Amino acid sequence: MSETISQRAQATGNGSAPLLEVRDLVKHFPIHGGLLFNHSVGAVRAVDGVSFSIKPGETLGLVGESGCGKSTLARTVLQLLTPTSGSVRFDGQEISGLKRRKLQPLRREMQMIFQDPYASLNPRKRIGEIVGSPMKLHGIAEGAELRKQVEELLDRVGLAPEHYNRFPHEFSGGQRQRIGIARALALKPKLIIADEPVSALDVSIQAQIINLLEDLQDEFDLTYIFVAHDLGVVRHVADRVAVMYLGKIVESGPASEVYSNPVHPYTEALLSAVPIPDPRANRERKEKILEGDVPSPANPPAACRFHTRCPYATEICSEIEPELVKHRGGQWAACHHPLGPGATAGAPSPASG
Amino acid sequence: MSDGAPLLSVEDLRVHFQTEDGVVKAVDGVSFEVRRGEVLAIVGESGCGKSVTAMSLMGLTRGPNAEITGRATLGGTDLVAAKESELRKVRGNEIAMIFQDPMSSLNPVHRVGAQIVEQIQAHDDISDSDAKARAIELLKSVGIPGAEERANSYPHEFSGGMRQRAMIAMGLSVEPDLLIADEPTTALDVTIQAQIMRLLRKLNEDRGLATILITHDLGVVAQVADRILVMYAGEIVETGTLEQIFYDPQHPYTWGLLGSVMRLDRERSDRLAQIKGQPPSLASLPEGCKFRPRCPHAFGKCTQHPELEARAGDGPHLDRCWLDAERKRSARTMKSGEIGLEAA
Repeated sequence: MSETISQRAQATGNGSAPLLEVRDLVKHFPIHGGLLFNHSVGAVRAVDGVSFSIKPGETLGLVGESGCGKSTLARTVLQLLTPTSGSVRFDGQEISGLKRRKLQPLRREMQMIFQDPYASLNPRKRIGEIVGSPMKLHGIAEGAELRKQVEELLDRVGLAPEHYNRFPHEFSGGQRQRIGIARALALKPKLIIADEPVSALDVSIQAQIINLLEDLQDEFDLTYIFVAHDLGVVRHVADRVAVMYLGKIVESGPASEVYSNPVHPYTEALLSAVPIPDPRANRERKEKILEGDVPSPANPPAACRFHTRCPYATEICSEIEPELVKHRGGQWAACHHPLGPGATAGAPSPASG
Repeated sequence: MSDGAPLLSVEDLRVHFQTEDGVVKAVDGVSFEVRRGEVLAIVGESGCGKSVTAMSLMGLTRGPNAEITGRATLGGTDLVAAKESELRKVRGNEIAMIFQDPMSSLNPVHRVGAQIVEQIQAHDDISDSDAKARAIELLKSVGIPGAEERANSYPHEFSGGMRQRAMIAMGLSVEPDLLIADEPTTALDVTIQAQIMRLLRKLNEDRGLATILITHDLGVVAQVADRILVMYAGEIVETGTLEQIFYDPQHPYTWGLLGSVMRLDRERSDRLAQIKGQPPSLASLPEGCKFRPRCPHAFGKCTQHPELEARAGDGPHLDRCWLDAERKRSARTMKSGEIGLEAA
């Protein structure tokens, strides 16, 4: 599975243009104040200058804690939210700031899977209609042909064709997420952004959905952006990982490197906070528990935004904002005190566990 | 860690609800004990009955449609048979419960300190200033910085982690013997989760509490639990010490749970081990072993309902699986060498 992805990424990716290229993307939400004259008194800097690119067939994992801006970034990339500034190029075409009508044909190519399978399906519509209406809207199929295609899709995501006439409430959480996936696949997109697609599901069902998403990626040549707070899930699916903190990417690179040799202290702290389901390994591991909470994105700390919680912070961290620079292992990190090769990640080596 | 007589002992607890779809057997014959200084974890997936078990101990599932039987003895009081007025006393003085979502369990229009003061004064006849001082002391003990000022804040001015700390402070204000924590960190970020779990473990040791931790997260369990109950479809399918459940699990459902966790400390596998199908409806349970329809190792005998018995040989380790010990050992080892559930 992973081999096939990386082979494909190598075959088509290395030389070829990225499918998606994001440059200096910014999304601020103004804060209004004043009783009579409603004026802007500040802004929540949800996404504050983010750049990345994805090659066809790749999976980019986007991780970070609540409020770090990962979901806003996903929605801004898809132009579901209008960017404050910055550029988003999809398949070579600038899509940031495009008018609705110009965007519509591109929507076919970019689909989204949502976290809450209960809230993202219209409770009054039958499954056939939920999955089929995008195909109808985009003129892909009609009538008996439409029904046939929808039934094939339902079958492909592990539902039965006879579910066509049922309502969402008749399904369990995992099955509803399958419906959401079928809907996202209906238009044969190139890019799927999955925003916490398994975090509302039980562990045994999570594994089913992730295996399904990986199979579909191979079969339909999909490119994924996988947004999640669960580091274990992201490690499993992602080829590359970007770690966000307060609206910025603090570290990004090949998943295996970021997980085994994190460069940014925040990445290290995140990995170290994930409890290992193994009592002996847990006891042996040195925990690095961060103190305090994530600061408000309306008023982020100056310079390095992590310096208020960082165990390695010095004076420079509150004065000069670190640039993203390339480190050993091929990952990029923005830190004045990057962790050396000797620094231990959250996960002990299998030998010590 | 655990010694002496159990603080809480639950015998054959059954909670059945009458619904349009028939009788829902949410909890069906659950027995366990908790001692002081001990953390008992109840694990399982949505609908397995873990929360209903805990809420029934608090008397929170009582109602015209609920039929609750069995015994749950806490310091001489049977929580199942107790009158509502007796139960209210127990709830205030002996049991504290913290929930998953601290925002919905705090009153949004009252200051956090005032809510704790109210709680203290409901059980203790002390002056406002003494109660206030104790509230601040409690907020300090759960790690809220600047407790004097923060006591005057409203819940919405607290972050998620702070709210959970405030909830814990409120729970502790009555000096309970038993703390029930129902998914206390599920709504929190990992870095905050680590802080809260450390706090719970510390309180458990310092105050000699008995703690029931309800969670679906085996990582959290591995960090803090002493003993574990694994529940499936309203029943305990396996119970044992932390070491027994993690390193010598006897029930295929436990293997499945352990195997489907995406672990950071192991090589990334190409394909995740998954448990096929989904949990059964509690209104129409399968005959015999309730896990049978999802179990790749099911055989003829599984149509009979297995009792919760010591099948692994060692005392406190009980399970409900008909497979013999030898067969279990080979069946639970996946091709990767790890414990998990996969077709033979």
